[in-house]
Amino acid sequence: MSALTLTPNLSGHDDLYQSLVALHEGLSEEDSLKVWAKLALLLANHIGDRRVIEAAIAAARPAA
Amino acid sequence: MANVAGIPVYKEIGATPAPATDTDSAPVVIVGAGPVGLAMALDLGRRGHAVTVLNRLDFVAHCSKAICFSKRSLDILDRLGAGDAVTDKGVVWNIGKVFWGGDDAPVYQFDMLPVKDQKRPGFVNIQQYYVEDYLLDEVSKLPNVEIRWGHAVEDVTPGPEGVTLDVTAGGQGYRLHAGWLIACDGSRSTVREKMGLDFEGRVFEDNFLIADIRMTHEMPPERWFWFDPPFNPGRSALMHRQPDDVWRLDFQLGWNIDREAAIRPENVEPFVRAMLGEGVAFEREWYSVYTFQCRRMARFVHGRVIFAGDSAHLVSPFGARGCNGGFADIDNLGWKLDLVLRGAADAALIETYNDEAIATADENILNSTRSTDFLTPKSTASRALRDAVLELAGEHAFARPFVNSGRLSTAVSYPTSLLSTPDAETWAGGVPPGSPVLDAPLEDGWLLDALGDDFVLISHGWDGTAPEGLMRLEVSGLAAERLALPEGGATLVRPDQYVAARWQHPTTEAIAAALSRARGALLKGDACLH
Repeated sequence: MSALTLTPNLSGHDDLYQSLVALHEGLSEEDSLKVWAKLALLLANHIGDRRVIEAAIAAARPAA
Repeated sequence: MANVAGIPVYKEIGATPAPATDTDSAPVVIVGAGPVGLAMALDLGRRGHAVTVLNRLDFVAHCSKAICFSKRSLDILDRLGAGDAVTDKGVVWNIGKVFWGGDDAPVYQFDMLPVKDQKRPGFVNIQQYYVEDYLLDEVSKLPNVEIRWGHAVEDVTPGPEGVTLDVTAGGQGYRLHAGWLIACDGSRSTVREKMGLDFEGRVFEDNFLIADIRMTHEMPPERWFWFDPPFNPGRSALMHRQPDDVWRLDFQLGWNIDREAAIRPENVEPFVRAMLGEGVAFEREWYSVYTFQCRRMARFVHGRVIFAGDSAHLVSPFGARGCNGGFADIDNLGWKLDLVLRGAADAALIETYNDEAIATADENILNSTRSTDFLTPKSTASRALRDAVLELAGEHAFARPFVNSGRLSTAVSYPTSLLSTPDAETWAGGVPPGSPVLDAPLEDGWLLDALGDDFVLISHGWDGTAPEGLMRLEVSGLAAERLALPEGGATLVRPDQYVAARWQHPTTEAIAAALSRARGALLKGDACLH
């Protein structure tokens, strides 16, 4: 069983979605990529469990 | 002073005449008198073996080349008698700082000697030719080691009981039969080429300029690295101090450049002035352009031919894992070949050099590849990730350990070594089998200095009897603490200072069994018959 939570674990999904869209407002694609990367790094550090993060990376990767 | 091939000369030695007869033989031949070949000759020579070294050139070259010698290399050089000369001449450093953009405050810094109270520092910077010179001083004390200068290998014919070399010296050819051949002849190894062996890996599409210059400059003895500095925008740069007021400056140049033109003084000087100021006074020491390669041979042992150093594996320089990796090789091989040559171990022991040296090379290649991917991102997304790390690192401590300007060389462990006896007890820390002993103060000196060139049993208040012929060293205090040895415990150490086994409650029989295993007794199916 994956250590990664894949069932709903938040409230206010629409608010969060809007925050993520707003994060990129006015940014070039290059800067947007960097902002995504920063967010991933911040969250990864907060989670702090390499197994969970690797499971998330695997879940995010496009199916071959 | 430069020789005919245009290579600057540090020390003229002169050609050694070819042997009087056109066939000659030697039990051990080493090809290459660079730092790795000389250290190999010294190790085997100190153990009493007759060693013949062949070197194509008849002088020591005046190029700085390798300049960063790791603590582990200094420990090895200590064992070989050259550690003091190298450390006394060298620039000692432990701290590395990484800068980003024009900011004067580092975004990240590291300490290469996190555990203090050890004899040697994290690193010493010194020009390669000094290291070669000091190794030569030690080799010259050994009448059983002969260096043949200006002797070039032309062909290699391996056989089951040895190797035949075709050698030319001063226009005269001769054949040399070697019982064992150790190829320490560098990245363009003639031995490897003549044997038609593979050298697989990646070449990274980027050029870097080395500008070694001589100038008077004040800066702490630290490794300084820049990402995207104003003086080399969008690229990286490195600054390192060497002895004699020589400084290594390294600038990333990009891929599509004219490599010949890049090292002309009129093209190098603008980089130096941009970095250090228009008015800076300096002299050229050595300019060179290089590209990264991470590659290794599939095997380092081919019958009686053994590869060590750059001939077997190549990495990018941003981790100081080249020459230091080569010293790790000879340190691992020396005692094993010694036992085999003396008939005290089966030749199968040499196969563990293949395993352990490949483990070291793979760790070096892995680290080097990762550093290179950080230094020269290959895609828009990986550049975004790299820049995200650097931007966050300026502000938040959590991001700083991601900054990778080169993970510098430290000793590599062999957790799965066939020569180790796995722990049978539960240990809280200490040094496990397959890892090198951690140095500590010991009476008026140091633990590592007390270990010598042979197997040693380090004990802490154990009153049992060690197997016959095994050297014994009693420790207490910090030395025992760093090994996590309880009262009555003991650690068996290999001649290369790696732990072979450890016990909280040792017995003579268990120690004898571990010693025998560390000497390769279990490597052959009929080992139990011996």
